[in-house]
Amino acid sequence: MDMKATKKKLGMKERYRALTRDLGWESSYQDKDAIFPYVNYEGIKVHDWDKWEDPFRLTMDAYWKYQAEKERKFYAIIDAHAQNNGHLNITDARYLSALKIFLQAISPGEYAAHKGFARAGREFPGVGTQVACQMQAIDELRHAQTQIHAMSNYNRYYDGFHAFADARDRIWYTSVARSFFDDAMSAGPFEFMIAIGFSFEYVLTNLLFVPFMSGAAYNGDMATVTFGFSAQSDEARHMTLGLECIKFMLEQDPDNLPIVQAWIDKWFWRGFRVLGLVSTMMDYMLPKRVMSWREAWEIYGVENGGALFKDLARYGIRPPKGWDDAEKAIDHMSHQFMLGLYQWSFGTSFHSWIPSDEDMDWLSAKYPDTFDKYYRPRWAHIKKLKAAGTPFKNYGLARLCQCCQLPSVFTEPDDPTLTCHRETVYKGEKYQFCSDGCKDIFDNEPEKYIQSWLPMPALFSELGGDVGAWMNWVSLRDGDDNGDYDGSTDQKHFNEWRGLATSNL
Amino acid sequence: MSTVFIALQANEDTRPIIDAIALDNPAAVINRQPAMVKIDAPDHLVIRRETIEEQVGRPYDLQELQINLITLSGNVDEDEDTLTLTWNS
Amino acid sequence: MTVKSMKDYVGVSRDRVENFNGKQLVYVSWDHHLLFASPFLLCLPPETPFAELVSGPLTALVQPDPDAAAVDWSAVEWLKDNAPFTPDFSRSLAANGIGHKDQIRFRTPGLNALLNAA
Repeated sequence: MDMKATKKKLGMKERYRALTRDLGWESSYQDKDAIFPYVNYEGIKVHDWDKWEDPFRLTMDAYWKYQAEKERKFYAIIDAHAQNNGHLNITDARYLSALKIFLQAISPGEYAAHKGFARAGREFPGVGTQVACQMQAIDELRHAQTQIHAMSNYNRYYDGFHAFADARDRIWYTSVARSFFDDAMSAGPFEFMIAIGFSFEYVLTNLLFVPFMSGAAYNGDMATVTFGFSAQSDEARHMTLGLECIKFMLEQDPDNLPIVQAWIDKWFWRGFRVLGLVSTMMDYMLPKRVMSWREAWEIYGVENGGALFKDLARYGIRPPKGWDDAEKAIDHMSHQFMLGLYQWSFGTSFHSWIPSDEDMDWLSAKYPDTFDKYYRPRWAHIKKLKAAGTPFKNYGLARLCQCCQLPSVFTEPDDPTLTCHRETVYKGEKYQFCSDGCKDIFDNEPEKYIQSWLPMPALFSELGGDVGAWMNWVSLRDGDDNGDYDGSTDQKHFNEWRGLATSNL
Repeated sequence: MSTVFIALQANEDTRPIIDAIALDNPAAVINRQPAMVKIDAPDHLVIRRETIEEQVGRPYDLQELQINLITLSGNVDEDEDTLTLTWNS
Repeated sequence: MTVKSMKDYVGVSRDRVENFNGKQLVYVSWDHHLLFASPFLLCLPPETPFAELVSGPLTALVQPDPDAAAVDWSAVEWLKDNAPFTPDFSRSLAANGIGHKDQIRFRTPGLNALLNAA
């Protein structure tokens, strides 16, 4: 690092106060309530906004300096990736399915978070909060851009990357992430902070980024390691903002506790569902695996989440309501998702596959209580169907949850042999859910969730059930982007090109 | 007891920083993983500017950590001399 | 409160039945048969006889399960609204009280090749 440490005139704390103090003037032309109209209706009481301080005490000048350095590091590696056949250095092209899902579903979430924090920075009256939200808004924009840029290198060589914007807006599984962010953005600024700043960033983001980027490193994908760690370096600040925000709300007024607790319950569950696919990526999609989803959950869920909620207990906060149901799902969810993705792979803009015998032995070692008992027999049967020339495709489209919008692949918390069925009637109309957690969220704010655009019903209401027309609409090229990895163009190209790269033929 | 942690990218910049953290936190456990180093400590971890400066042999601004930081866990407090992570357990 | 808002707020259900061009959605789930990752979504006219739902789309969809050939549809146990239910095969979905977005489940005790394989 060639950065020079400058001789300081003001200490860090003084500089931070100087920066924030001058932004926080008293308005005289306009009433404060007219300037900040959204800050009261959620019921959160704040008595002193000055009590909010960014513990990193990052000022804007330092922010730009460090972000610029991160960008320089990022682009040096992106260039090296493009110049050194980075697209051939991955362990296997199966790995790319994880990247395709990330680009279609997660990168747009970064952009949505950018919009959300830009808005929150405007809607909060406190200057410390405004500055931190503004920095995070710029960070999130940077993340979306660097991710799209990093993955564009793969688009030159592999299928499934070519129409990410159509996939983001239209393909069925991306509605899960989209609805998550839409839900947060259509809430008030405090709920938004609990949703994204606390639940997503603090409680769950480590489960997404850390294993994902270690996975990329294990599988030779330098471009992704780089955008991932570059983005993640901002997350420490985001996590801290989320934690400070929740402590601030709880310290300002005891009446805030039940409101905050209800949001934690809601957004933990929403976040757990939206990040569920990471389990499949870790257990199935990485040709060379880092750790199992169960192991990652032990470190970043049980240990880290446990420490966090023990710390917050001094305010009267208890762990989220869905925590026990989440724990019961950990040994099942990656298998349930991958079985679903495989049987619906005609409708995904990425490939899935039947795990090899070796992969299944790994899964059974990592999931000794569940894999051989529940999931291996299903894979074995699917393998038999394929060998018989009748590969398993489930053309019965899925029942989607009215809240999280995922297919209802989940089982009863205490009975892994039975799908979890929950339904409710609101204003004479029936609604279906995947879990108690999702049904509770709906029941609390039904007027919000009855409006959900669910892609499977929409296939019938908008396209008359015509799957071919749907594929055109989502820019899915049948036979190229979708289906089994075995026999795919990606597989063929990867093997050919890798052969060319390592021999003189 | 709760575990606080900090994870840094594994690179030339962070090698002396990790050494400094190890010196200042005898109870810390250094986990070297692909492309990253995760440092766990019981309840409390402190990162001192002075110790890092001794290791890198130049003046060091603690905020430079931002560049190579991957993630952390615990309540953060930072001034020009120290960055601490704490869980109340 | 049905939504947290600054003033009265009323949503419009996106999937109300009039959006389905004379048809309706029906969900069907085979208990303990998780080769099928999720309950099936079907879109059918409400006049469809129950027998036709069974002999048509349902029979076709369950075919990949090793138990499919052994199902005796006259002996199957049915549920609607997650409670026991006796459909009249000769009557329509509507006449059987199966409304838009309702879910029917069925059970085939004794048949469970994939669960017992372990």
